[in-house]
Amino acid sequence: MRFALGEDREALRSTARDLLAELCPPAAVRAAWTAVPDPAPWQALAEAGALALLVPESDGGLGLDETYLVPVLEEAGRAALPHPLTETALVAAPLGVTGPMVATDLGATGAVVSSAGFAEAFLLVSGGGLRLYEAREVDVDPVETVDASRHGGRVRPRGPGRPVTEDPAAVAAAFDRGALGAAAELLGLSRAMLALTVDYASQRHQFGKPIGSFQAVKHHLANARLEIEFAAPAVLHAAYAVAQGRSDAARAVSQAKWLAGAAAAVTGRAALQCHGAIGYTTEHDLHLYLKRSWALARTWGGADLHADRVAASMGI
Amino acid sequence: MDLNWSADQEALRLELRGWLEHNLADWRAEIGTELSGDTREGFEQQLLWERRLHGAGWSAVSWPSAYGGRDGTLWDWLIFEEEYWRAGAPQRVTQNGIQILAPSVFEHGTEAQKGLLLPGIATAEDLWCQGWSEPNAGSDLAGVSSRARRVEGGWVLDGQKTWTTRGAFCTHLFGLFRSDPDSERHRGLTYLLVPLDLDGITVRGFGRLDGDEGFAEVFFTEAFLPDDAVGASVVLGEVGQGWRVAVSAASTERGLLRSPGRYQATVAGLLELCSQRGADPALRRRIAAAWMRADAYRLQTLQTVTALLDGRDIGSEASLTKIWWSELDIELHEIALDLLGPDAELEGPWSKGHQFALAGPIYAGTNEVQRNIVAERVLGLPR
Repeated sequence: MRFALGEDREALRSTARDLLAELCPPAAVRAAWTAVPDPAPWQALAEAGALALLVPESDGGLGLDETYLVPVLEEAGRAALPHPLTETALVAAPLGVTGPMVATDLGATGAVVSSAGFAEAFLLVSGGGLRLYEAREVDVDPVETVDASRHGGRVRPRGPGRPVTEDPAAVAAAFDRGALGAAAELLGLSRAMLALTVDYASQRHQFGKPIGSFQAVKHHLANARLEIEFAAPAVLHAAYAVAQGRSDAARAVSQAKWLAGAAAAVTGRAALQCHGAIGYTTEHDLHLYLKRSWALARTWGGADLHADRVAASMGI
Repeated sequence: MDLNWSADQEALRLELRGWLEHNLADWRAEIGTELSGDTREGFEQQLLWERRLHGAGWSAVSWPSAYGGRDGTLWDWLIFEEEYWRAGAPQRVTQNGIQILAPSVFEHGTEAQKGLLLPGIATAEDLWCQGWSEPNAGSDLAGVSSRARRVEGGWVLDGQKTWTTRGAFCTHLFGLFRSDPDSERHRGLTYLLVPLDLDGITVRGFGRLDGDEGFAEVFFTEAFLPDDAVGASVVLGEVGQGWRVAVSAASTERGLLRSPGRYQATVAGLLELCSQRGADPALRRRIAAAWMRADAYRLQTLQTVTALLDGRDIGSEASLTKIWWSELDIELHEIALDLLGPDAELEGPWSKGHQFALAGPIYAGTNEVQRNIVAERVLGLPR
């Protein structure tokens, strides 16, 4: 029994964190609201092997498993990376779709497809299976989303595309991997929002004191830290269960998504409240993280869907 | 990363499972109706149980065998706790000694004190209660005013301790006393070991929320505590250093007093209740959520134990754990009451468990104090 990231995963995680801090600062996320995201962080992630982390070494990948990728996705969340890393590296790559930047409707079938405005390929639900389309094989109607950096759109295939899988089990597993990735990103977003707020509350003075010295503010932020503390091991555990092909993997993913969604909800509210009016603007960076978390909490299954899956797994 | 138990650990689990099944049945046949350990008669029943546990080497699995333990690891302790609660075994009436006093003895006791105190705790011959809170020192423990005056051959104790769990049934008290009359706050306190049968000590038990005599207040009136009343020395750690000794115990109590096994067992009980009573979709979701939170506690504990075995100190992060389990415990019991509906008002294990759970956010440092600790020492917010 040993439950810790360990040196290799820590190293990979810190590589991703440093890379994203440099190439995907809040200014880059902000810029992605009005233009296609800068490809620089995506290219750097590709060079670091993150996109093909789950791809076997014989096919040019790193040949690692989800327990390595999930910490990287947590860092993508912390940076609010606007590119579809979960969709490309965790959902599509294990299906043999490697190379292009992938958008998919698997996480919210029939709804808006995030990254539709700039993705290079589309992995779309078709009947009971999944088909892959190149960008020129689909029509994309851009839609306005609350988090504009997601560049969402409604997507309709124009051509036949090519089949990726017809196996319902493979589709279900791909959905679970997407939910796992969203959970990891939500955890990273929560950590980012909490850090931003701790900094702000330590500097902002009212009544002659930093507002972070007031017990009401402390308790909001302690609650956020509490939810993060207990969501984090569930997310790592879900990665492990998926990587090991454990029989309880789907339940572990639902648990991770539910807890990470709850952590993001508590943290987002606390962050907004403790920032006061400055947080309630688009001039401050908080909204970049907050709005991403709202979207991710309700795609790849919302709280009720995942609670129902857990309940069913327990026979109630 | 490896979330599998070893063959030895699985063997330990099976051995314990078999032992518990047999011995719980045997003990219950011996005592007749099982009563609450927070009543005098129930306490006596549970001492019989504690002695069974000790006789088979299960009373303190992670202690060295020289002191009555089993030389187990923290993993073994976790396995013990999972099986213990899963089997429906009773609350440990020895827990104050095992979980709060003993860690301080291991850390601050002399070899002679370890050799005397620890076996007495493991065998349940010495029954320890906690003497920390006072009428005017609760969350603000540094405000204790009970005094210990140094005299020839011992100490003279004056003052009052309260909220002393099972104090009316115990033989000994460990507690903080102000040994330097000119001191304030954390300074000048001494951690003393006190037999409760000394002249000048009066113990009065009284009802907790559930009506059981689980609380006591302890009055000290010119009580003479000889230096050799408990082995060679009644002082744990050094004179005047009591705060440090007590704080090391507090972080143990907050951190690892509650193993996840308890909540996993409560969730299992909820599932059973749900299958008997039925639940609407909203209630089923609450049950699922409670399972997820209880299981997250298990996973976080696996991480914490891994970190402890790697030599990391958990420190203030233990406050997060205390908030989590105490609030989880209430939610679990509130779900049970909702499943029971109007029957929730009947006296029974769920209503009793509910009232017990409600104490969680209050004792061992209120959750408000814990949230302050998280904010200041984990997040680094200004004081």
